Amino acid sequence: MNFWNDPLKVAADWLMGIFTSWGMNDVAAHVLVAFLGVLLLITILMVIDIFLVWIERKVVSRFQDRIGPNRVGPFGLIQPFADIIKLMIKEDTTPDGADKVVYNIAPILSMMSVLILWAVVPLAPVMLGVDLNIGVLFIIAAGSIGTLSIIMAGWSSNNKFSVIGAFRCVAVMVSFEIPMLATLLIPTIFTGSMGMNAIIQGQNIWYVFLSPLAALIFLIAAIAELGRAPFDLAEGESELVSGYNIEYSGMKFGMFYAGELLHAFTFGGFWAIMFFGGYRFFGLEQISPFLAIAIILFKALVGYWIIMWVKYTVMRIRIDQMLAFNWKFLTPVAFVLVMVTALMNALLRDAGNWLYITGMILSNIIVAWASLEIVRLVSKKERERVEGLKQVVEAHH
Amino acid sequence: MIPLSWYLILAAGLFSIGLFGVLARRNAVAILLGVELMLNAVNINLVAFWRYGDVTQMAGQVFAIIVFAVAAAEVAVGLALVISVYRRRNTVVAEELDLLKW
Amino acid sequence: MTGEHIIFLIVGAVTLLSALMVVTMRNLVHAALWLVATLFGVAIIYTLLNAGFLAVVQVVVYIGAIAILFIFAVMLTRRQAADTGVSVNKNWWAGALMAVLTFAGLAYLLQSWRGFSKTAAAIPSGFDAVNQLGEALTSPAGYVLPFEVASVLLLAALVGAVYLAFNKK
Repeated sequence: MNFWNDPLKVAADWLMGIFTSWGMNDVAAHVLVAFLGVLLLITILMVIDIFLVWIERKVVSRFQDRIGPNRVGPFGLIQPFADIIKLMIKEDTTPDGADKVVYNIAPILSMMSVLILWAVVPLAPVMLGVDLNIGVLFIIAAGSIGTLSIIMAGWSSNNKFSVIGAFRCVAVMVSFEIPMLATLLIPTIFTGSMGMNAIIQGQNIWYVFLSPLAALIFLIAAIAELGRAPFDLAEGESELVSGYNIEYSGMKFGMFYAGELLHAFTFGGFWAIMFFGGYRFFGLEQISPFLAIAIILFKALVGYWIIMWVKYTVMRIRIDQMLAFNWKFLTPVAFVLVMVTALMNALLRDAGNWLYITGMILSNIIVAWASLEIVRLVSKKERERVEGLKQVVEAHH
Repeated sequence: MIPLSWYLILAAGLFSIGLFGVLARRNAVAILLGVELMLNAVNINLVAFWRYGDVTQMAGQVFAIIVFAVAAAEVAVGLALVISVYRRRNTVVAEELDLLKW
Repeated sequence: MTGEHIIFLIVGAVTLLSALMVVTMRNLVHAALWLVATLFGVAIIYTLLNAGFLAVVQVVVYIGAIAILFIFAVMLTRRQAADTGVSVNKNWWAGALMAVLTFAGLAYLLQSWRGFSKTAAAIPSGFDAVNQLGEALTSPAGYVLPFEVASVLLLAALVGAVYLAFNKK
């Protein structure tokens, strides 16, 4: 076993050797090595996070026909560091009447809820934090902590805008969790496991080809969960100024901001893991774990780019439209899709590969078509109703 | 290995604290918070008995999951009641909700 | 005293302490946040008991839904005076006495039980609790009926909550 095949294990063994030779007992050395591993992962993530700021600003400026950061360093690469210095030296304000402890814990929890997600992300076949057999549920659980941090931030700021922002955000996150969990069940049905590594290993055919509708619903639910446009009502600048983080300044605001960017990147990664084969790419991942990491980071970046693409192209919708969209459209479709997929899986499991794929895609198309048809009928009725009302009003005049 | 007694004592403590909350708090929402503590204490017991008995018999975990469902239902209906009462009587203090006493 | 014991003692102490905060805090939002801490503690206790699935479900259901719902309810039913008044009723000493007596009674009953201080057998290798739980919940020989009844209960609660909280014009 050499360094190129399993770098983490080699490094861990080497460190264990050093620590035990210092006279540390086995358990303590083990805990210390695990701690160093976590520290390394978080450091790498935070460094990636810094450059995500640059990527985000560069991409948005291209979408808006600007150049973006271009003064500090080549291509403006050093710009995020300048931003960080600016955030650091800003005055750290706490509003009067704020609940100080809760106010200060909230940004930390927000960042934590994102970082904790990476505990279950498999970066390579041999490199992952823990291979939980309930990895899929873990994503939702971490999301709950994020929800908690938002309501803490909104409430403790002692500001009406922030409370309204937090209310909206929590309503959105709690309700969009449901279609998200339902679509996460679909890779689980295909694989027969909730473990991330098992789901990736099971994708000899990317699951997006088996269930494109599930991939789409997951993306929509993820965007809502992230609170990005068109679902950024929690921040809605034109109505709520900045939403739940309105009172935060300096690095505390920076934590929310960095957390949001990393969250988007992470969900790009989850999208890749669940539906696009994770670190797998035509067997390239077998060559070296480093190649596998490059593949999954690239896929995560593509997912992140799509999320940005949506964010900077579509307009914000109203909160009632958004919740109605979830409860009356997305959730029923997701549930029907789960049932249909489970049924098809039970029927076609032994029917051979091609029949299985065709059946799955066909069932997806039928579900999508049927739901769109129902929406079309309902909206036609609604249009006729509104038209009738108009005529009544005109006759009245 | 931790003996079963530790878990049982922890659960008993949590249950008693929850009981105090239910009996002593004035606010109806706070009373529901106490009920949640009691349900959690019960759940610790169920899971502990699963682990310390025959692990292949899943009754303990199944009951724990049903307690989750019951807790969620209880909170949803309970808080809806509290909000409904607040709209009509403009109070959530349990002592002041005494219309049925006369 | 192994690492497991130390973790249990710390988590147990934090759980009980935050539970005490839940029932004594005057500010109800703080009480709800302390409830979150208690629930986290209980989730860690589940992990110590090798019930990882229940620990994650605890976080999803209790913290993600129930605790959030509590915070919402507190915010929707708050009067400015509610936080400054007395938080316990005038019979609180009787409640405290009841609680202490309950604890003492439970402790007495438990310590006279012969299985009180038994230790757990190791989990058999290859035993997958999540798998077993899924089988137990869905097999007719297992608990499929209670499971279905629980889902009907949840549906009833959903309908009931919507009906109760609906603002009739």
